[in-house]
Amino acid sequence: SFSSGCILFKRQPAVCLLLQKIKTEHATPQLYTTLHRRACSTVSTPRITTHYTIHPRDKDPRWEGVEMERFADEADVVIVGGGPAGLAAAIRLKQLANKHEKELRVCVVEKAPQIGAHTLSGACLEPSALTELIPDWKERGAPLNTPVTEDVFSILTEKYRIPVPMMPGLPMQNHGNYIVRMGNLVRWLGEQAEEVGVELYPGYAAAEVLFHEDGSVKGIATNDVGIAKDGSPKDIFERGMELHAKVTLFGEGCHGHLAKQLYKKFNLRENCEPQTYAIGLKELWMIDEKKWRPGRVEHSVGWPLDRNTYGGSFLYHLNEGEPLVALGFVVGLDYTNPYLSPFREFQRWKHHPFVAPTLEGGQRIAYGARALNEGGFQSIPKLTFPGGLLIGCSPGFMNVPKIKGTHTAMKSGMLAAEAIFPKLTGGHRTLTPEWGPWLHVPEYAENLKNSWVWKELYAVRNIRPSFHNYFGLYGGMIYTGIFYWIFRGKEPWTLKHCGTDANQLKPAKECTPIEYPKPDGKISFDLLSSVALSGTNHEGDQPPHLTLKDDSIPVARNLGIYDGPEQRFCPAGVYEYVPLDTGDGMRLQINAQNCVHCKTCDIKDPSQNINWVVPEGGGGPAYNGM
Amino acid sequence: MSGRVLVGVKRVIDYAVKIRVKPDNTGVVTDGVKHSMNPFCEIAVEEAVKLKEKKLIKEVVAVSCGPQQSQETIRTALAMGADRGIHVDVSGKDYENLGPLQVSKILAALAKQEDAQLILLGKQAIDDDCNQTGQMTAALLDWPQGTFASEVSLEGDKINLVREIDGGLEHIKINTPAVITADLRLNTPRYATLPNIMDSLMNNETELHKPNHRTSLCVGLIPLFETVAPEDMQGGTDRSGAMLRHTVLQSGKPKRIILSCLCI
Repeated sequence: SFSSGCILFKRQPAVCLLLQKIKTEHATPQLYTTLHRRACSTVSTPRITTHYTIHPRDKDPRWEGVEMERFADEADVVIVGGGPAGLAAAIRLKQLANKHEKELRVCVVEKAPQIGAHTLSGACLEPSALTELIPDWKERGAPLNTPVTEDVFSILTEKYRIPVPMMPGLPMQNHGNYIVRMGNLVRWLGEQAEEVGVELYPGYAAAEVLFHEDGSVKGIATNDVGIAKDGSPKDIFERGMELHAKVTLFGEGCHGHLAKQLYKKFNLRENCEPQTYAIGLKELWMIDEKKWRPGRVEHSVGWPLDRNTYGGSFLYHLNEGEPLVALGFVVGLDYTNPYLSPFREFQRWKHHPFVAPTLEGGQRIAYGARALNEGGFQSIPKLTFPGGLLIGCSPGFMNVPKIKGTHTAMKSGMLAAEAIFPKLTGGHRTLTPEWGPWLHVPEYAENLKNSWVWKELYAVRNIRPSFHNYFGLYGGMIYTGIFYWIFRGKEPWTLKHCGTDANQLKPAKECTPIEYPKPDGKISFDLLSSVALSGTNHEGDQPPHLTLKDDSIPVARNLGIYDGPEQRFCPAGVYEYVPLDTGDGMRLQINAQNCVHCKTCDIKDPSQNINWVVPEGGGGPAYNGM
Repeated sequence: MSGRVLVGVKRVIDYAVKIRVKPDNTGVVTDGVKHSMNPFCEIAVEEAVKLKEKKLIKEVVAVSCGPQQSQETIRTALAMGADRGIHVDVSGKDYENLGPLQVSKILAALAKQEDAQLILLGKQAIDDDCNQTGQMTAALLDWPQGTFASEVSLEGDKINLVREIDGGLEHIKINTPAVITADLRLNTPRYATLPNIMDSLMNNETELHKPNHRTSLCVGLIPLFETVAPEDMQGGTDRSGAMLRHTVLQSGKPKRIILSCLCI
């Protein structure tokens, strides 16, 4: 794909002239330093980032005279993100409104082109929250068609498999749960939401949080459209729209980009541990009917990861009329070896003698990846702030050993709705003396603390951190066996995580490169053909949405010290180090069109230089029932 | 002259999606797959809206034939600037058998009913690549046609058209009423922004029509025997056509798989 570095490299003299002009007028010191360093240093770095979040438009002469006013609309509640949490909150709000015969305008904005297109999950769903939300989900045709019939857990070695009995009481036990295609469930939830009167707007991404003068959240603004790749306005440029609301719910999923800004602004993470993550890669396969065992759930740990790298696999046999299996691999993002490639570990795992026979003769029909939370209880931030609150995987309610977060996400959305509704419709008024434009809903956090979500997360809080010991995986399993299975998580201590995932990478010279086998094209595949299967695409002529705070750091630091780990951890091949066109050295090429919105780069970049922002709405993967 | 333009919009599988043949070889999987407006139809809508903004025509009516979901496509056209939408409800078996001949009969009937001055269509749909509807509609109405248009300008009651043809560009002048089909370089379609989508949702400017037996969807069906995916590329043989496709595939962008469709 087209590299922005090439064109702007030639324009550098113009940038220098431009800089002289800006220097004499009011330029923010930050803008001056970054541009100045880039344009006038002896080591010239090709310009990569053109996004307006890094290069503000009010100082950019190409934007002079462009109409920047936005159309604004009012709603009662705006929900960012049309996933399980956001839709559960929307449905619950409208259910309450319809029951009490109140008018309530609930708008959901979602960056995916259709509801469910950016949803990716294993998944084994615990139907508790769904039953609370929509008790007659079966009659309404919810796509929960595959009750779990068999639960298999293994520790894999390179050639063999050690079976682990799945005793009742262990968190991974799945009796009573359903294997679902989460994208289809989310799509169904979207239909239910429309039925109760929620306004759904897929294809429109929330790009900016709006604030009142007093610093409270006023609402969101959707993305601008029609900005060219070099950051200049095109003929078809149009501003996004502002949606103002009394309260805004942020349900962007794991590591949301707006939530990242809110953590800083409202200091929501001051009393909790930093969130830790994993990356999950998933494929859907149509397999040979003889190998199909509907309702069978397989999990494994061990090979190909070493005992100090958290991760494992899943393989679920769906029962929806055709021999479909969902399989995937999860790698904890606190891994230390920069040569590790989660994608290639996944492809390698598929060749294991226990896994390969299921896939032989089959056909791969889908691929995708997404980051997921592993921080659990210790990493839950402050959840409410003036004008808004956080729901779902955004703050992070995933039960890590169970590898389920959908039921807790939905419950958090429902609790948010139940806490907001009485404040919106009279009875209690807000803290402000007269009716203020925004709501602060601390009751939501209180209700969450008193619910089964809190108890569940508290009980499993020590399982993931227990892997940080000399014996790694095995130490963790022993800890789980004693303290969770026998003592139900009631031990009085709470183990800590090791710090942020980005800080865990060791320099490349201290680590050995990993020899991955070549993909065989039948069971394992190369990266680019996998990315093509995700259906991902973005409008080509827009600024890359993977923005770098400093364009010179990738080559200087990421490549220099860590040998460019982003080339390996990105499941979509977005980052490539290619030789410079002139002279020696490398430059970073960002193939933004390949991005599948997994957020791993924002999480794992050792320099924390990459800032993922939302691209034009409607872009991204086109998952179908993932 | 009524100053009314009919624009045909078709709901097709999005161009970036990797399509998959159904296991029983009766077609491609469409269930749950991302759909969007045919890119050439977007260009046609944009041209119609541009003509309206230049005050050369008075009303833009977006038409789509298909199942319930076609209303989303019409809504996008309304959000881009169309005034009204007409959804011709065709679903189930009828929809599977819907082809250019049937659609052109519908469009011809609607053109007479709405007293249209101009019909703007995309040159072809990216799912069947037929490139027939515009031409058939013009023939049924006995109207002049300007296909593969890369420039359109109205001059009184005539249209100056630049057509993209194999040899280069052809300049023609045709009378109205006429049928024009849009090619890629006609314009760059605008975005359907959120305020306009909200408006089109609130105002619900779409009429529902059911095709009657006179339109006769059953006549002229092309029987589809089988749909198969093309063979995998074999490396090593030097066939220049195949080489070109291989090079394009290697750039990492997904390419549409061309299906072989056998018919009598």
